[in-house]
Amino acid sequence: MDVRDLTNEAMAGMLARPVRSALTTLGTVLGITTLVITLGVAATAGNQIVGRFDELTATAVTIEVPQDDEPLVAWDSLADVTRLRGVSSAAALAESKEGANQIVRSNDLIDPARVTGQTLNVVAASPGLPEAARGRMVQGRFFDSGHLARRDKVVVLGQQAARMLGITRLDRAPAVFIGEHAYTVIGVLGDLRRERDLGTAVIVPPTIGQRFGLRHVTRVLVNTALGAAELIARQAPAALSPGNQDMLQVIAQASPTRARDGVQSDVNALFLILGLVSLLVGAVGIANVTLVTVMERTAEIGLRRALGAARRHIAAQFLLESTLIGLTGGVIGTSLGVVAVVGVSAAKEWTPVLDVRLAVAAPVAGALVGLLAGLYPALRAARMEPVDALR
Amino acid sequence: MPEPVIELDAIGREFPADPPVRALSEVCLRVERSDYLAVVGPSGSGKSTLLNVLGLLDTPTSGSYRLDGVETTTLGDGARTRLRGSRIGFVFQSFHLLAHRSVVENVMLAELYGGQPRRGRRERALAALDRVGLGHRVGFRPDRLSGGERQRAAIARALLGEPSLLLCDEPTGNLDSRNTDAVLDLFDELRGQGLTIVVITHETEVSGRAARRARIVDGLLVEE
Repeated sequence: MDVRDLTNEAMAGMLARPVRSALTTLGTVLGITTLVITLGVAATAGNQIVGRFDELTATAVTIEVPQDDEPLVAWDSLADVTRLRGVSSAAALAESKEGANQIVRSNDLIDPARVTGQTLNVVAASPGLPEAARGRMVQGRFFDSGHLARRDKVVVLGQQAARMLGITRLDRAPAVFIGEHAYTVIGVLGDLRRERDLGTAVIVPPTIGQRFGLRHVTRVLVNTALGAAELIARQAPAALSPGNQDMLQVIAQASPTRARDGVQSDVNALFLILGLVSLLVGAVGIANVTLVTVMERTAEIGLRRALGAARRHIAAQFLLESTLIGLTGGVIGTSLGVVAVVGVSAAKEWTPVLDVRLAVAAPVAGALVGLLAGLYPALRAARMEPVDALR
Repeated sequence: MPEPVIELDAIGREFPADPPVRALSEVCLRVERSDYLAVVGPSGSGKSTLLNVLGLLDTPTSGSYRLDGVETTTLGDGARTRLRGSRIGFVFQSFHLLAHRSVVENVMLAELYGGQPRRGRRERALAALDRVGLGHRVGFRPDRLSGGERQRAAIARALLGEPSLLLCDEPTGNLDSRNTDAVLDLFDELRGQGLTIVVITHETEVSGRAARRARIVDGLLVEE
């Protein structure tokens, strides 16, 4: 029997009762729609969340150092972190309560008409800070190891702090007064992407920070290569403070892939089960209706047998009919599901993400459901004796 | 001398029951090419069983049945189905036309399983419809035809593929006398073209038109 003839007969059988066929596809339509929406929305939502894991957060590692009488992290142990493979920059910071409330003035004059002193946060930092905080020097320069070695009385101002103090140019080497002492402003640090509160801070070298209670490192900022954050998060505490690594708190973003997996598995499980149950119900529906159809078409089966149809021809025709019903349901369901995913994405202003394999596999799954559902009815039809069928 | 179309030799058919029912016993029959045989008998006499055996829809429990010289009782299910499809054209009392297909599509069904080429199938079906005088109804659905027209469509389907034997089961049972006459006229015409026809009927009007008559009573066939 020609495959085209078989297809023709199956199509004619399906279209002979269009309303019944349409109703029969409903279960498959619902099941496939649910599956496509579930997988499509999960993939779309997963992609949105992953989209927020930008390079900054994915490569930033912060280590908080609890305060103790003895320093847990020495200023010069920073070199041991920078040495680690995958670290692109690192800096140590010291903050203290004492340093947080310093009155800073930009000149020594006392003008009763205006407020000249500003309460600013004074912090100590190692020379790598601009890079580690992902900022840039708006003016001047940051202090280096030379300033530290000479114990120079220099400071770098955060951009907002400089504005508050009225310092706009550095060419005349302005000074600020912290408490009683004057310090030369050598640079203004701005455009910070980490530790933005440093914008209102006065940053001093650790060598002079001790005056403001800034003795020990309280925080270490580390930037890593993309993908190395997790590894560095494990290695950095040991490098910074061998023996005390358990006391350090490491703050690092979970890796993006894990985040996506987590989101997907959460959303999927329930709805996948729902979709599969709908598919099962759809399969039972197809099996039921096909069985009824076979019984109704007993005479037709008898006629076909009389015309020379073998049992396999009868079985193939009914199998193909139920498969086509399943395929139709799958195609409709996939279309509805895709439209729904796009609709949800539009409503939430997401970029819809649809796996092409899903769009292809879903109708195939529908056809498979129809095929499986048609097995028993087709077998019943093929088993009929022509004598009985024609009676 | 050519082989007879049908050669039954001591055919018996028993149905398992307690006691076994003998629907046919020791039936011998010979039907030559372009014979026109009517088998008559009351209901329950074994008419239908004989028809099923002749149509290869049922296998006898004893005896030998040669169709066109081919021994059929030893054939398997598949071979019997192929032989049935290629050698026998069936005409049923209730026409057995598919309601959702046009007349010409119903006729074309006959070639679906025989391995004939698809090319020219519609033309052959149209020719068969012309042969039964239904060339003006090819696109109609069966439910828009009269009973006589439906039976002629069914005969056209049986004629497709040039069968050796036209096997008719109460072909006029659902027809009024005018349509019955038309169908019987068609049988005469087809026989004149050399077709072999076996009609199973209980109507004397039908059997009276046949060249040979056989009566079956309680499974025994007697030629009149």
